[in-house]
Amino acid sequence: MESEFLLETHDLVKTFGALRAVDGLNLQVRPGEMVGLVGPDGAGKTTAMRLLCGALHATSGSIRLAGYEYPGQIEQARGEIGYLAQRFSLYGDLTVKENLDFFGEIFEIPEKERQQRSADLLRFAGLSEFAERPAAALSGGMQKKLGLACALVHQPKVLLLDEPTGGVDPVARQEFWQLLIGLLRGGSAVLVSTPYMDEAMRFNRVIFMNHGKALTQGIPRNLMARLADRILELDAEPQMEAKAIAASDPEVEDVHTFGNYLHLRVSTAEGPTTRIPARLAEAGLKLNHLYPVPPTLEDVFIHLLETEGAGYG
Amino acid sequence: MRRFRAMIKKEITQMLRDPRTLFFIFIMPILQLMLMGYANNSDVKNIATVVFDQSNTAESRDLISAFKSTEYYAFDYIATSDTQVNNLIQGGQAKVGIIIPPDYSSQLAAGKSAQVLVLIDGSDPTIASSTLSAAQLAGQARGAKILAETLSSRGSTLGTNASPVDVRTRVLYNPDLLGAYNIVPGLIAIILFQTTVNLTAMSIVRERERGTIEQLIVTPIRNWELVLAKIIPYILVSFANTILILVIGTLWFQVPIRGSLVLLFVLTGLYLLPNLGLGLLISTMAKTQQQAQMMTMPIMLPSMMLSGFIFPMASLPLFLQAVGYMLPLTYFIIILRSLVIKGAGLELLIPQTFVLIGFSIVLLTLAALRFKKSLD
Ligand SMILES: Nc1ncnc2c1ncn2[C@@H]1O[C@H](COP(=O)(O)OP(=O)(O)OP(=O)(O)O)[C@@H](O)[C@H]1O
Ligand SMILES: [Mg+2]
Repeated sequence: MESEFLLETHDLVKTFGALRAVDGLNLQVRPGEMVGLVGPDGAGKTTAMRLLCGALHATSGSIRLAGYEYPGQIEQARGEIGYLAQRFSLYGDLTVKENLDFFGEIFEIPEKERQQRSADLLRFAGLSEFAERPAAALSGGMQKKLGLACALVHQPKVLLLDEPTGGVDPVARQEFWQLLIGLLRGGSAVLVSTPYMDEAMRFNRVIFMNHGKALTQGIPRNLMARLADRILELDAEPQMEAKAIAASDPEVEDVHTFGNYLHLRVSTAEGPTTRIPARLAEAGLKLNHLYPVPPTLEDVFIHLLETEGAGYG
Repeated sequence: MRRFRAMIKKEITQMLRDPRTLFFIFIMPILQLMLMGYANNSDVKNIATVVFDQSNTAESRDLISAFKSTEYYAFDYIATSDTQVNNLIQGGQAKVGIIIPPDYSSQLAAGKSAQVLVLIDGSDPTIASSTLSAAQLAGQARGAKILAETLSSRGSTLGTNASPVDVRTRVLYNPDLLGAYNIVPGLIAIILFQTTVNLTAMSIVRERERGTIEQLIVTPIRNWELVLAKIIPYILVSFANTILILVIGTLWFQVPIRGSLVLLFVLTGLYLLPNLGLGLLISTMAKTQQQAQMMTMPIMLPSMMLSGFIFPMASLPLFLQAVGYMLPLTYFIIILRSLVIKGAGLELLIPQTFVLIGFSIVLLTLAALRFKKSLD
């Protein structure tokens, strides 16, 4: 336990035939830290999570979790890992309580303590009144919360959550994050994967991942600072033509749709802010606004993907 | 131990909540036993029969009415040649042919034994087994009567053990007939095969198909605990099934159990091992329950057909016999039939027992080597 990290990987690789789903991943998570693994579909997030929880064996590289090295000590490490799979993986034909009991018993928590903890977790997840309901009959959000409760029943030091808010409505999402923030105070390390950039702001640190590799990592604020003053928001109609005109400007590096508007990444802001309105007027397009905006994580990610020469699907 | 207990508890709870599994476990065996046992045991009546009466005398007509009175035979056809009899049976219009020789009356009159040939279509073993015994009974009854009449009227003597009417039966197409005696032990073997191979494979593959395996393998449960917990409920079910079939078999179908019950259960336990190994092996290869089902098929089918359950081993072509001898079921059927029907002890079943032990070692080792607590 000499390491300052609860979770640490070194050049982690997982191949499926010719496909390198995880391709030399290095990551570290400290106690009390919530790190986001952010990347598009197929980036290798789930594969990475499965390697970390020991559901898959790495092709090469090493993992160190709470002082245990894999693959050798994986069985000892299990007691320290709480894992919530992307797909619902609890027993749909067992009730909420039976699921929680099962995982509590299989982690061999002393009976008295287990019962107390089950009750606490049910309350914590807001599932007390659904205790007798078959897990399959829960809503998607409730299933995720039950999954979290089951992953927490043995009080793991490291929590691995694979898209915990996928398919969950905004209200349930909020509740979910509240639950997690409570856990961090207890000194757990949490690694969360998500394809949603807007959620990444919540993390202490994000790791951008694509094609099995970590493109960059850092504190969300610092990452966004990289693109300070380089994002312009453009609202013009019709948008298709406006996009073409904006893209043709020599100082515009990239144009992408962002909500109802266009986000332009520019090398400097001055030139485009004067040239583009003129060009739009020439073409007879209607300009609503064009001004600098603070960069979002999505802007940063798109920038990264382009400099890596990879596409963002 | 708590891990293991939790896992067993979970398995049994899930088993009891799954209607399909429950049907497989409790209804299927009874259904199969009733269907097969009944089809073989019920009284068959009014079977289409062709008669070729070359004698055409009062005596021969007496014989025919003796057959008629058993109610087994409906004399739908009168033939005028052997070929005609054969054609009718081959074509399926008649199931039984009775051929009375031209010298039937004269032989009887001479105090000699008159031969009657009864041909039975063995392709339908149900009918065949019933008619076979009925024919012999009818012949004997008639013979005894003739004998009594002759003795009283003439006071002469016949050979002590020669019945005047000698009914020679010949079962066509399927010389070894099935009966409830054969069905009940065979069915135990078949049903155990189904529950163990199928349900074990299914219960593991279901975890993979539903994704629950992902949450299960990240717990500290050990490989052997997982496998044993998957297997044990079906071992219990298998013994329950065995008892159920034996009880129905003895009480309902009057099949006697002549051998030792203890030995029966011990060898049944032994027979479960290769099946469980097979089920586990399939579970390591199949990704979906449907795939698992597809994989059991190529073993299930030959097991039904080539194990001696339906067709006697000797009636199969050599290469099919070879296939049959590669199936654990084949040996267990021999064991069960010898033990239940003939009361054989272990000393007579040693070769089969060793073969089963061999199968167990091979299949369980293979399964253990392939079964990994991983999604890989
Ligand atoms: N068991 C497997 N066999 C073969 N290929 C796989 C397997 N699991 C994942 N892959 C491939 O590896 C790549 C990474 O998949 P992974 O599921 O890790 O991505 P992800 O980032 O979790 O995507 P998503 O956001 O859609 O969940 C994909 O191309 C996927 O098709
Ligand atoms: Mg994923």
